[in-house]
Amino acid sequence: MTKNASIVDLDQVVVRFSGDSGDGMQLAGNIFSTISATVGNDICTFPDYPADIRAPQGSLTGVSGFQVHIGADKVFTPGDKCDVLVAMNPAALKTQYKFCKPTAAIIIDTDCFQEADLKKADFKTLNAIEEMGIKNDVIAAPITQMVKDCLADSGMDNKAILKCRNMFALGLVCWLFNRDLTVAANMLKEKFAKKPGVAESNIKVIQAGYDYGHNTHSSVSHTYTVDTKGVKDKGTFMDINGNKATAYGLIAAAEKAGLKLYLGSYPITPATDVLHELAKHKSLGVTTVQCEDEIAGCASAIGASFAGALACTSTSGPGISLKSEAMNLAVIMELPLVVLDVQRGGPATGLPTKSEQTDLLQCLFGRNGESPIPVITATSPTDCFDSAYMACKMALEHMTPVVLMTDAFIANGSAAWKLPKLEDYPAINPPYVTPEMKETWAPYQRNAEGSRYWAIPGTEGFTHILGGLEKDNKTGAISTNPENHDLMTHLRQEKINKIQVPDVEVMGDADNAELLIVGFGGTFGHLHAAMDEMRAAGKKVALAHFKYINPLPKNTASVLKKYKKVVVAEQNLGQFAGWLRMKVDNFAPYQFNEVKGQPFAVSELVTAFTEIYNK
Amino acid sequence: MSEYTAKDFKKGQPRWCPGCGDHFFLASLQKAMAEIGIAPYDTAVISGIGCSSRLPHYMATYGMNTIHGRAAAIATGCKVANPNLTVWQVSGDGDGLAIGGNHFIHANRRNIDMNMILLNNRIYGLTKGQYSPTSPRGFVSKSSPYGTVEDPFRPAELCFGARGHFFARAVATDAPGTIEVMKAAQAHRGASVCEILQNCVIFNEGTHESVYSAEGRKKNAIYLQHGKPMIFGENNEFGLMQEGFGLKVVKIGENGITEKDLLVHDAHCEDNTLQLKLALMEGPDFPVALGVIRDVEAPTYNDAVEAQIEDVKGKKKYHNFQELLMTNDTWEVK
Repeated sequence: MTKNASIVDLDQVVVRFSGDSGDGMQLAGNIFSTISATVGNDICTFPDYPADIRAPQGSLTGVSGFQVHIGADKVFTPGDKCDVLVAMNPAALKTQYKFCKPTAAIIIDTDCFQEADLKKADFKTLNAIEEMGIKNDVIAAPITQMVKDCLADSGMDNKAILKCRNMFALGLVCWLFNRDLTVAANMLKEKFAKKPGVAESNIKVIQAGYDYGHNTHSSVSHTYTVDTKGVKDKGTFMDINGNKATAYGLIAAAEKAGLKLYLGSYPITPATDVLHELAKHKSLGVTTVQCEDEIAGCASAIGASFAGALACTSTSGPGISLKSEAMNLAVIMELPLVVLDVQRGGPATGLPTKSEQTDLLQCLFGRNGESPIPVITATSPTDCFDSAYMACKMALEHMTPVVLMTDAFIANGSAAWKLPKLEDYPAINPPYVTPEMKETWAPYQRNAEGSRYWAIPGTEGFTHILGGLEKDNKTGAISTNPENHDLMTHLRQEKINKIQVPDVEVMGDADNAELLIVGFGGTFGHLHAAMDEMRAAGKKVALAHFKYINPLPKNTASVLKKYKKVVVAEQNLGQFAGWLRMKVDNFAPYQFNEVKGQPFAVSELVTAFTEIYNK
Repeated sequence: MSEYTAKDFKKGQPRWCPGCGDHFFLASLQKAMAEIGIAPYDTAVISGIGCSSRLPHYMATYGMNTIHGRAAAIATGCKVANPNLTVWQVSGDGDGLAIGGNHFIHANRRNIDMNMILLNNRIYGLTKGQYSPTSPRGFVSKSSPYGTVEDPFRPAELCFGARGHFFARAVATDAPGTIEVMKAAQAHRGASVCEILQNCVIFNEGTHESVYSAEGRKKNAIYLQHGKPMIFGENNEFGLMQEGFGLKVVKIGENGITEKDLLVHDAHCEDNTLQLKLALMEGPDFPVALGVIRDVEAPTYNDAVEAQIEDVKGKKKYHNFQELLMTNDTWEVK
């Protein structure tokens, strides 16, 4: 530690790494969050990357950011604004400065703030800091040159050396927060296990960055610590993002159910990482088919389901549009199917890398005919695991397609995750036909829950034909009988209505809140943080955050009616509020709607909710 | 000997129009399945939408009559997820080549081990008579009252263009020819495309008139058999020879031509150039080729998927979910 700079202990801190999309900001951010998690901090991360893989170098559109929020106690969001901004080039400074708190420290690489670099980012003068009127502490370090010096004897070429700049910045940040570099070194050794030279160079550069901060104690007044407080959740943890957690949930459910996992998919941002993840795990027997289109992704999964697999198809909103006819086939054939929608900005191609909750009504209703499909919305990166598991369980046990909705924010964001034990998860028992049923069974005969039985091809005595035409309510033969169609429409709807889902929990001032905040899916962290902030300011506030959208929990109406004021906050123009109004008589909530493609800002939520509170 | 008879594959009363080619094909398919001898409960018949796609309802097998165009994609998932099943995919020309064209070519390219039946009557029957992607240019229909202004697909070209390894053709009314083609399709490991020429008695009667009767086929068709010289005609008086880049019809005995000069069919030839020429022959100058035109061994997708899973299982150290978790960077909080 430096003697001159004092050490300040913080409850939480937000660091944002930004640079060109090829600058390795995600890796630097990931390592920093893992180092922090290892010492017991809670973490929440959010990568904010451009739609273009490599926009022109140094350009404003090519900036990639990675924000990490670390806390002594629980953190629910990646943070609205940052305490430290790393800006590897002028474009990063220009586009990312808006995410800085007034007190934020800014780290820049002066070697990349030369005339040509500044021009690419549309600066008019040679002093970007002055031009932008920045008054913050700035650590202006010649990072590129120091990395070059540091690796001069490494035998690496210039291009490879420049790729290590991110590690120098990481070293500086580690110094600023008094972080031990051992974890970083171990992570790099693992990541570059096959290239020990690269690992060694990166480790050397991190140390150099750390030492630079230490020796010059740079231009900041303090360094910081974030010491773990509160009751520590003990156990083994990993850092996981939502897409990976979703993939893991599907794997876990397949194993629990004793079924082969089949994924039919087509590449689409931001859902493709689920395909990537599952494609890796052939040693678990996972079968992934990258299909010719979205329709085939869903259609092939239906074929796989008929054939006896746990079948899934993964996509984002535009893909749901294409799959909707096939989803309806699974509805009428009453076959289990998990449809994953990692929501992005719409309509049409919209904002492929950004996050919204605008697919809700599409998932609930976007099909012809009466087409009831259960909808589950994951509430955080780690909850994607539980939600995926429960979506599979519901699909298999009730012989129905289930839509699992996540969004780009929780899919790409990550958090510390306590490794689950599969034995702690509920059993999955699909309604298989049994040999005793052979004589009497009919394809659309139903059990007490209203589900059809599952007779898997290859089983003697149960041959049958399913299809997209309306069925006789027992035999499954094609039927155009009006009474039968009416009956089947009701049977399909009632089957979904009867599915048991857990009650929605009311958090915060459940007994005496003046305002109930209502949300669903991936906004949980922000809404919870907003509630915490309002309660800390002495207000009586509660939060009811929904994960099960269709069917809604049994206590929905009683919860919504209990409080004087209710605000439904969602990243669309009021789709969930509308769904609740449809299901709960005389429900007239306040609404907070924002569709920017970005996560909610907690500060904006607090302002808006306080206004409603004070009305 | 198979333990099954055609009856073991029959169910219900077909509701196609009297005289529809689908009746003929269904009967031949059931006979072929009985001869093949795979149990009905190990068989899945998967169709899309259209008159011919009603076929699974009349089969005592497992099956699905799905949605328009998606049969090949659905059958793909079915086979890949459960390779022990014998999968038959049935589509009409609209279902298979218009709305389902993408799935048709990709199932061929991937070489999914299934039998892909294309019932080609060159018309949309169920929607009551619109031209289809196989209707000839100028075809007059309800949706083309002044004739179509577009060229049709020729199914063999699509199949070969998608790197298909099996293509055969039969006429629905020709039971022995159809049964032979079905059996060959089943014997071929990979995507086996069978084009079945049939009439729509209501909206496109006579579209395959020249080969629809036994007499017509004698005059206007050639039955190709691997390893046999290409001879046809009422009295086996004609043959096929190569001429330049094309084919020509010759009369045996004329200009000193003997059987030895004729092309000998090679369905197993990797290069599909001549096979395509045979598949595209049409009257009045050429006979319509029937039988197995192309039948080439190639790795199937579903076998490769299985093999890759086994291979990776042997190489990776984690084989269940709990072990998978431990492959990540983890930390302990004590």
